[in-house]
Amino acid sequence: MSAGVLFDAPGPKAKVRHRLLGGLGLLLIAAIVALIGWKFQQQGQFASAKWKPFTQSEIWNSYLLPGLQGTLKAAAISIVFAGVLGGLLALARMSSVRPLRWVASVIVEFFRAVPVLLMMIFSFGMYVQYNVFPDAQRPLAAVVTGLTLYNASVICEVIRSGVDQLPSGQREAGLSVGLSESQALRTILLPQAITAMLPSLVSQLVVVLKDTALGYNVLFNELLYAGNNASSNYSNLVPVILVIAVIYIVINYALTKLAVWIERRLARRGRTVAGPDAMAGGGLGGSATGPDLSKNTQAA
Amino acid sequence: MSTLFDQFDVWGAFWMTIKLTVLAAVFSLVIGTVVAIMRLSPVPVLRFLGTSYVNVFRNTPLTLIVFFSLIGLWQTLGIELSAQLSVNAFRFAVIGLSVYHAAFVCEALRSGVNTIPLGQAEAARSIGLTFGQSLREIILPQAFRGAITPLGNTLIALAKNTTVVVTIGVAETAYLMSKVNEDAADQLTNVFILSAVFFVVLTIPIGLLTGRLSKKLAVKR
Repeated sequence: MSAGVLFDAPGPKAKVRHRLLGGLGLLLIAAIVALIGWKFQQQGQFASAKWKPFTQSEIWNSYLLPGLQGTLKAAAISIVFAGVLGGLLALARMSSVRPLRWVASVIVEFFRAVPVLLMMIFSFGMYVQYNVFPDAQRPLAAVVTGLTLYNASVICEVIRSGVDQLPSGQREAGLSVGLSESQALRTILLPQAITAMLPSLVSQLVVVLKDTALGYNVLFNELLYAGNNASSNYSNLVPVILVIAVIYIVINYALTKLAVWIERRLARRGRTVAGPDAMAGGGLGGSATGPDLSKNTQAA
Repeated sequence: MSTLFDQFDVWGAFWMTIKLTVLAAVFSLVIGTVVAIMRLSPVPVLRFLGTSYVNVFRNTPLTLIVFFSLIGLWQTLGIELSAQLSVNAFRFAVIGLSVYHAAFVCEALRSGVNTIPLGQAEAARSIGLTFGQSLREIILPQAFRGAITPLGNTLIALAKNTTVVVTIGVAETAYLMSKVNEDAADQLTNVFILSAVFFVVLTIPIGLLTGRLSKKLAVKR
């Protein structure tokens, strides 16, 4: 359902009005862009010396690509660790052993409440103090630690809510054919829950990727840090920031689209457990906003 | 522990985090509502602009946005918000936080709109309300009530994300921590536990409160 239910199909008068409003909006944006452009021009930000480096391989090879590699590496390691740890936490939180459940709950709630950056700075300090990792690897280790702890607890909650949303008949059927509680969880519930929550998990990847930029503060050589270094060499900070922003937006937008695509596929196969309001298209706001994408809201 | 309080302005850092959270929450709510209205509006151009806003700011790291708001807007474009350096950085931090979280507020509101049954909008149209009227009287009041939980989640994320502004040197909790890490590394564990407790105390009530509110204010259907 498109947003069309909120208003009637425009008649001739309304069409003119919409065009007028649209023109006005465009004009406003154009004015802002022009103002910024004019200011940039005044400051000489369009000087070819500032943009030329991007056409040459040096800035890419010695700064931006290694930075991008750092970003992707940290994100990849973190998501793998977070997936494993999050799965374990989810198992613990859903187990029938009460102390285990409590411990897992406390861990999850704690790491969800503490900002990722604080965990990074703390683990970085600790690694320095106790000399845990070799010097060069410490920033990466700190970034991965912070991201893993936070995202594991988020993934745990995603999996848990996926299991919660499965029809209760699934578990009961499992038990009635003689599976134990944990067998039913492992062989019946988890596979379905994880498949159904796949879009949320992919959206979480966007969060992880964005959060690697926090590594800037623990001197991790990610994209922003590398860009900052590059700009001190070419004295073109603003162009570098703009280029980096475009790189991030392209990657994350592609991931978001991937999540939507997976969601559509799952919906076609009838494997979704998302809320009925979102999937049935019964809501007003357009079906592009499933509840899964709002997971992107947890963005740290 | 007491040396920690003697040596560093712990309470000042916590107070700064709270100030950042409150101000950015207000501004991002305003901007986010405007963007959400644009995304729902009948004018295609405005819809496109709203969608672009969300896509751009939701997919850019907050660190980059905060960094750019100070470096780009202040150092390069020469927009000054205060003659005092620390106040200037603080205000740009609020701008960066607001602009970023407005995208999430917009999405939260849209998910709130999603909870409204179709019949509400149809009834509004059939009694002749215009788009603006039905938005004001019918859709938004229900959307805000339906969006309390996601808005609360955004607020919690915002409270935690204020730590990112350490990037431009605003003296909040993360700044305090890196300062301690530099000057008195033996106090690092203390300050981490203290800050962690501070954030737990700050965020868990928000979650409980919004959970309670969303039940209490839920539209009875």
